[in-house]
Formats: sequence, C-alpha cells, structure tokens
Amino acid sequence: MTGVRIGVVTFPGSLDDVDAARAVRLAGGEVVPLWHADAELPAVDAVVLPGGFSYGDYLRAGAIAARQPLMRAVVDRARAGMPVLGICNGFQVLCEAGLLPGALTRNSHLHFRNRDQALLVERADTAWTSSYDQGQTIVVPVKNGEGRYVGSDADLDRLEGEGRVVVRYAGGNPNGSSRDIAGVTSADGRVVGLMPHPEHAVEELTGPSVDGLGFFTSVLQGALSA
Amino acid sequence: MTVDTVTRAGETPDEEQPYRELGLRDEEYLRIRDILGRRPTTAELAMYSVMWSEHCSYKSSKVHLRTFGDLPRSEALLVGMGENAGVVDVGDGYAVTFKVESHNHPSYVEPYQGAATGVGGIVRDILTMGARPVAVMDSLRFGRADAPDTARVLPGVVAGVGGYGNCLGLPNIGGEVLFDDCYAGNPLVNALCVGVMKHSDVRLAKAEGAGNKVVLFGARTGGDGIGGVSVLASETFDEHGPAKRPSVQVGDPFTEKLLIEACLEIFAADLVTGIQDLGGAGLSCATSELAAAGSGGMRIDLETVPLRDSTLTAAEILMSESQERMCAIVEPAKVEEFLAVCAKWDVLATVIGEVTDGDRLLIDWHGERIVDVPPRTVAHDGPVYERPYHRPADLDDLQADLPPTASADLRADWLAVVGSPDGCDKSWVTEQYDRYVQGNTVLAQPDDAGLVRIDETTHRGIALALDGNARFARLDPYTGAQLNLAEAYRNVAVSGAVPLAVTNCLNFGSPEEPEVMWQFAEAVRGLADGCRALGLPVTGGNVSLYNQTGDVPINPTPVIGVLGVHDDVRTRVRGGWRAAGETVLLLGETRPEFGGSAWAGVVHGHLGGLPPRLDLDAERALAGLLAQLAADGAVTSAHDLADGGLAQALTESALRYGTGATLRVDGDPTAALFAESVARAVVTTTDAAAVRAAAEAAGVPVTELGTTGGDALVVEGLVVEGLVELPLAELRRTWTRTLPDLFGHPEDVVGAVPTGAVPTS
Repeated sequence: MTGVRIGVVTFPGSLDDVDAARAVRLAGGEVVPLWHADAELPAVDAVVLPGGFSYGDYLRAGAIAARQPLMRAVVDRARAGMPVLGICNGFQVLCEAGLLPGALTRNSHLHFRNRDQALLVERADTAWTSSYDQGQTIVVPVKNGEGRYVGSDADLDRLEGEGRVVVRYAGGNPNGSSRDIAGVTSADGRVVGLMPHPEHAVEELTGPSVDGLGFFTSVLQGALSA
Repeated sequence: MTVDTVTRAGETPDEEQPYRELGLRDEEYLRIRDILGRRPTTAELAMYSVMWSEHCSYKSSKVHLRTFGDLPRSEALLVGMGENAGVVDVGDGYAVTFKVESHNHPSYVEPYQGAATGVGGIVRDILTMGARPVAVMDSLRFGRADAPDTARVLPGVVAGVGGYGNCLGLPNIGGEVLFDDCYAGNPLVNALCVGVMKHSDVRLAKAEGAGNKVVLFGARTGGDGIGGVSVLASETFDEHGPAKRPSVQVGDPFTEKLLIEACLEIFAADLVTGIQDLGGAGLSCATSELAAAGSGGMRIDLETVPLRDSTLTAAEILMSESQERMCAIVEPAKVEEFLAVCAKWDVLATVIGEVTDGDRLLIDWHGERIVDVPPRTVAHDGPVYERPYHRPADLDDLQADLPPTASADLRADWLAVVGSPDGCDKSWVTEQYDRYVQGNTVLAQPDDAGLVRIDETTHRGIALALDGNARFARLDPYTGAQLNLAEAYRNVAVSGAVPLAVTNCLNFGSPEEPEVMWQFAEAVRGLADGCRALGLPVTGGNVSLYNQTGDVPINPTPVIGVLGVHDDVRTRVRGGWRAAGETVLLLGETRPEFGGSAWAGVVHGHLGGLPPRLDLDAERALAGLLAQLAADGAVTSAHDLADGGLAQALTESALRYGTGATLRVDGDPTAALFAESVARAVVTTTDAAAVRAAAEAAGVPVTELGTTGGDALVVEGLVVEGLVELPLAELRRTWTRTLPDLFGHPEDVVGAVPTGAVPTS
C-alpha cells in the first residue's frame, strides 16, 4: 500500500466501479468509494469516474451524471489540479461537465462493440500515463455503443496541435472516432478521458493483457512524488 | 363502469364471461366455478386465465417433468425444483443459482424488446433467490441465415440481449447461435443467468407472518404485456390472427440495475421474510404464489399500486407484465428501513397489502372486494393434462434414410462446414456483448465454456455451458437430449471444471399434437436417464411449448445447461493454440457417425439416420481426465469436438491466435474430419508422455495428430487426396465473413462519416 487515496464514484447505473476499484487496489492505492449524491468530496488524491450507463444513458450519455452534486466538487478540485480519470461513461461525463473538449456520439455502425483493442500512447507525461513510454502500443478492451469521438475540424486541429490526444486507436478504429482518437487530456495534463477500459486489463487471468495497470500506477507515482 | 365485485358475481351467476378469449377451455372455466362455488369476478377470471396458461401452469408438461424429482438426491443441491431457481453448493460456503428461460414468441413479434425482457426476467428470477447475478448466457435459434425475415429478427434479438445485459453490468460469457428453416416463423431466445450468494443468504418466495406488509417495488405498472403469457406463449402464431404487438413488454434495464442494487442492500440488511419477482402473469402470479407458499392468506389494496396509465382496470393491473417489478414481504418494524434503501436507489416502493391469518387471497379495489380465492388453486392447482402422445409417423423413414459417408472433396467440404452459418465465427454477435464487466470473466465465448471467478482470494470459480443440438433430437429425442447434456458436460470439463448440476430449457411444438408430445416425453425421459448416469441433479428448468408456425413444429430443441465448479480458476484450460512446437493429441474414439452431423447437413442437405452413439461412461472418463490434466497443468489448450467434428475444432484452435499445425490422420478420412462421435477433445501439450500416461490410466484412447506451428493447417494421410492444406488466411476469410456478409460489415461503416460532420458545441 502506498497510502495514496483514490476516489471511485458510483452513479446510479455505474457498472465498472468495482473494476476500477480493483485496478486501484492492484496498483497499490487505497480505494475511497464516492456516492454521486454527496455534495462533499472527501480527502482524496485523485478521482476515477468509471464506465457504465449512468442514468441509463437517458438524455445524453453522461449528461445527467455530470450535473450531480458530487460532480460540482470534482470539477472544482480538477480545475485546481486534482487528477481525474474518466473511463468510457466517465469520459462522457467529463465532456458533459466541460472538463474535456469534444463529444462522444453513437458509433458509426450503430452497434455496441466489445473487442480487445490496440492503442498507441501519444502522451506519456499526463497524470495518468506517466508509466508508459511515448509511442508504446498497449492492448486493452474497448466496449461501447456511443464511443465515437467527434469535434469540428478546427477543434480537432487545435487539440492535435496542443498535443492533447493521449491515446489513439491502432490496428482498426472500433467506432468511427474522428482521427482515431481514443482519449484526450485537459490542457494541464491532469484530467484524462478515454473510451477504452484500462481497468479491464489489470490481471493476466481476466484481461487480454495487464497493459491497463499503467494508468493507475501513473497517478499513484505522481501523488507520491508530489 | 360497474366494478365486478365478489358480491355482484354471486348475484349474477349467469353473466357471460369471455373465458375463451382469455385462453381458458370450457372445462377449465367450469372448474373455476366449482372451486369458488360461484362464477369468478372479472379480476378472478383474469388471474386464473394467466396462471392456468401453459406458460405458468406447465399443464401439459408437469406429468413428465416429475421424473426429474425422482433423480437420486444430490449432496450439492440446497434448493430443488419448484422455487424460482435451484440452488447448488459450490464449496467454501458459496451457493450458486442458475436457470434458463425462453422468450421465444415475444422475440418474434418484437425482436429487440422480446429478447431484452427475456434477459430481464431471468435476472430477476436469480435475484429473487437472494443471489447477486454474476453472468448471463444466451442460446439463440433463427430461420435460414439468408432468409429475409432473419435479417429482421437476428439483429434485433442480438441487440436486445446485449442492450439489456450490458446495461445491467452482467458479462455475457457464452451461448449458441444456430440456424434452421424450422425456426423461420418461431425463433428461439433462451437466456441463462447465474448468481452467487452465501448459503445463509438463500431467500424463498413465501409470505409468512400475519401482519407483515406486502411491498411492491420497482417500475410503475402499465398496460404492457397484458395477457402476454396466455395469449402469446400458449398459442400458435396464425397468419390470420389479430396483431399481437401490444402484448410484448418493454424493458428498462436502468430501472432493473437499480432494483438489483436495492435488493442486494435489502438482503444484506435482512429486511425481507419473502420475495418474489413479477414476471409472466405479473401481480396475479406474485401474490398467489407468495400466499400459496406461506401458511396464511394475504390481503391487497389494488388501488395503491402505482400506475403508469391511470385508465387501467383492476383486471388489467393484475395481468400486466410491466417489467422491473418485485414484491417483498416485510415485517412492520422493518418497513421504514426497507423504503429508505429503495429511496436511496431511486426505486419506487409502495406498501400494497399485508399477510393475514386466513387462508384466502383477498384483493380490494377502492374498498370493494374483487378477488376472494384460495391462493393454491390459482398458483398450483391448475389443470394437469395427460396429453396423448405417439411416435411420429415419419420417424422410421427418417431414421432409415442413412446419411452419406464419403466426402468427394475433403478440402471443399472443410471450408463449407466452417464457413456455414452454424460453423462460422460468431464475433458479429458476441462483439455486441460486454464480456469484461465485473472483472471476473476468466473464459467466455469462443471458449467451450464460460468461466467466472467468484472469490478473488480463494480463486474459486464456476463454469457454464449451454448446448441444444436439435438435429440430433429430431432423429431421436431420447438420445438427442442426452447428447446435448453430454456436450454441455464435456464443454464444462474442457475448461478444467468439475460438472455439478443441470438446468434446461425445453423448446417444443404444440403439446396438442401427439407427435410433438411424444418428442417432449422422450426428451424428458432421456435427460432424466442421462442425469442419473452422470450423477447430476436437475435444479430446475423451463418449458416452452407451441413453438410452431401453422402446422409445422420446430425440431425438438432441448437446450441443456451444465454448471461446473473450479477450485482454482488459475488452472483453467483455454481454447486456441498459442505456441508452435506443441504436440496435438486427440482424446476419445472416432466412429463413422454422420447422422444429424453438420457435414451431412451443410454439404448434402441431409438430415436422417441415427445420431451418434451416446457413451456416458466415456464422457465421465474424459471429464475426469480433463480435470486432472488441468489441475496438473499438463495441457496448454483444450477444445471439445462436437458439430463439424475434428475439422471444426482444428479450425477454431488454429485461428484463435493464428498458429497452424502439421497433422496426420489415418483411416477413413471423412470420419476422421467430420464424424461427430461423442466424448472427444483435442488438447495440446509440451509433455505428450504425461498426457498419454494419464489418459491410459483413465481409460481414454489417445491419438497423436501432430505438431503446432506455421501459418497453415496441413493434414496428411488423407487417403482420398493425400493432403489437405489450408492456409490460415484463407481459412480465416471463410470462417469470419459469413455473418458480416449477411448482416453487415461494421468495418465498412467505421470512418465513413466525415470528420467534423457532427457539431459539438
């Protein structure tokens, strides 16, 4: 145990919260379960917004969750530099909450799709990817129905120009995301959102690899060296 | 509108009642009058009609299903048949409950919602037992793959199974997708759910303790699915009949997810004395079954039921099959806490009545009594029919029509079998299912069995397989049911697990056809005999009858599920060849058996003769050997041989990780590649001597086939041609393109939308 405290938020309809918590534990962190309806954010070093179908994806995926009491506190702390990772539905919540640019829309082929996906790590200096090497290829599961990352050409040009694409799909784009973008980061590199699921690739027994563990060890190392 | 009260029913004995429209026969209606000593009220008639339907009462199948109860008592069985699902002891204080249910007819009418609510219903059955649902599986049958209607039904069913299960956070760990003309107007959607609990957490559907409150919680009650069980599940589709769309329920998996979390918290705090889900026949079923299982009676104020549609009549409320609802019996002192847990999860909960001292189920509507019945007569004393049955007249001819035995072109036949809709890659389907959620999925499709870890500390796990070959069952339902049992048993064993218990979903045509009834009776007898021979209990099951369109019944389709336990999932055996230089061994004996085989069907369009010879002793020996090989870490992969024989198993093993092999088969090449003899598996190993020794000790024949490596499957020694060489690239193309060619290539669409086409601000 490192003594680093990582909050994992549960919204109504969150599904991968147990997986995110397991990944934090395996990386050596202490899990702090967080409940969406609480207004106060307890003392944590970082927060993970897990995958799932918060509020049944009603209205727009992530839209209702982004407006829950706890999220106001998360947004405030994130703007002050606390690392936040949004996975899949969590990425959608971060876009809806205005912490990350762009939007996630219905997959171009209109199917939910679950497969083992190769990703190219383009940024190895964010709070969540420092355990990787730039240019490294990792394999983690992807599974979504509304995972197509979109933005206007101008916005995408700017994002790429600022180097804010963290991971890109390699060896095939599973959902039609613009420019194969799988995950992006905030300007300060503290908030990261991605559609693929690193928390499902943390044990040889249950994942296609253990490549996903790096997201969680990254933030732990960052907290320890801070 | 006059409310048809009990008093009024007594005063108007001769009032005409629409019992025939509700699916009741003359003699059934007279029996209800006899039980009550008067005519039933409209509400009572609604309750009896749905509860006495084939779907709820098992009136045609009951006399045969009793055979399962005669099986020797199993130590592992904690709760037997008759409850919502059986419960099995899997060790370390853990209990597992699992069950399959059909949602065939609704899925034909409305594929997405029919399939989705099928998953929702079976998940609630498992939850009702006190268990946390941990995985789902599905066994699907469709008409011919290239038939126009299959393009309507299949994508909707697959999206429905995925849409509901994915949203609940339950990994889909396997199942089957098969095609046959006989399902053209009657697809099969059988969904399995498995749940895990501690022994002490087992809950029963029972209303005990006078004064205890009856709480209805979950979704509001609407007009969906009214009469669904009596109208849809118990009648044959007739092209001249009225449109039946309104009878299919609509699902909301988000509400069900909240219901699951609320229930688990309620169980953990010990807040209920009894619980029942609302499925087919809705409140009629839940109230009568809860009351019938308890020692007292029950009184309900029906107007307190929260409605989605305020115009519903009392009878409609009782019959509604609105999804995502549960009914609990709660002690008065615990009601407040119960409601608080529901509020936390945004689950609507309402006290609608209480348990009473009496022995009647009483239902009031705005103060007027509209139901006054002995609950057992509704829930359990439905009609029981000894339907006449006889052997199908065409069966002798069918069995005498022997299949071809020699391939004219082994290579072409190989490609035809593995590229056929039944033999091909099913990724198009399984990619739409979440297999990873919960992080405990050790094996899932395309492995032979699904395997889920249930304890991260002890590494204990459970394996499950579902199999239902209807071609074998058509040729001989007694043997066919046992062959399906044997295949599911073998699939569980291949993963290294020890088979422990059996469930089933028996899909047949109309029980009013004596030939169909014979198929059913034979299949049940076969399954019971098979379970006895393997020493496994039947923990429960589901019967779906009236699966036919017009006069043509489906092939008898007994889908059998086998549950196994794995002491340490880290020793599980996976499918697929990962490394070159390993020895490929065939376990078991091959005979020239082609009756009902995939090869006979795909290449020759033939269904006839007899299915392969059953050998349950050989299955037991093979299963024991596979468990030992897994525990010893003696094999690097294993795959059972079933549909498509050795050719199918080799193809799947090679393509999984792109590792070929050079192999040699001797003797009759058609039998070697395509026969579907039972009790066989292919394993790879780096220590062939150890596997041979273990197999010899277990009495299992071993044949060395060759060595893994290269980018082709090369099979030497085939007498006809001398050699079959299949480059993996060609094999992969053939194996993977079938379903996308029929139902769409996602890759064609990905990226086709111009970037920036969707405004984001």
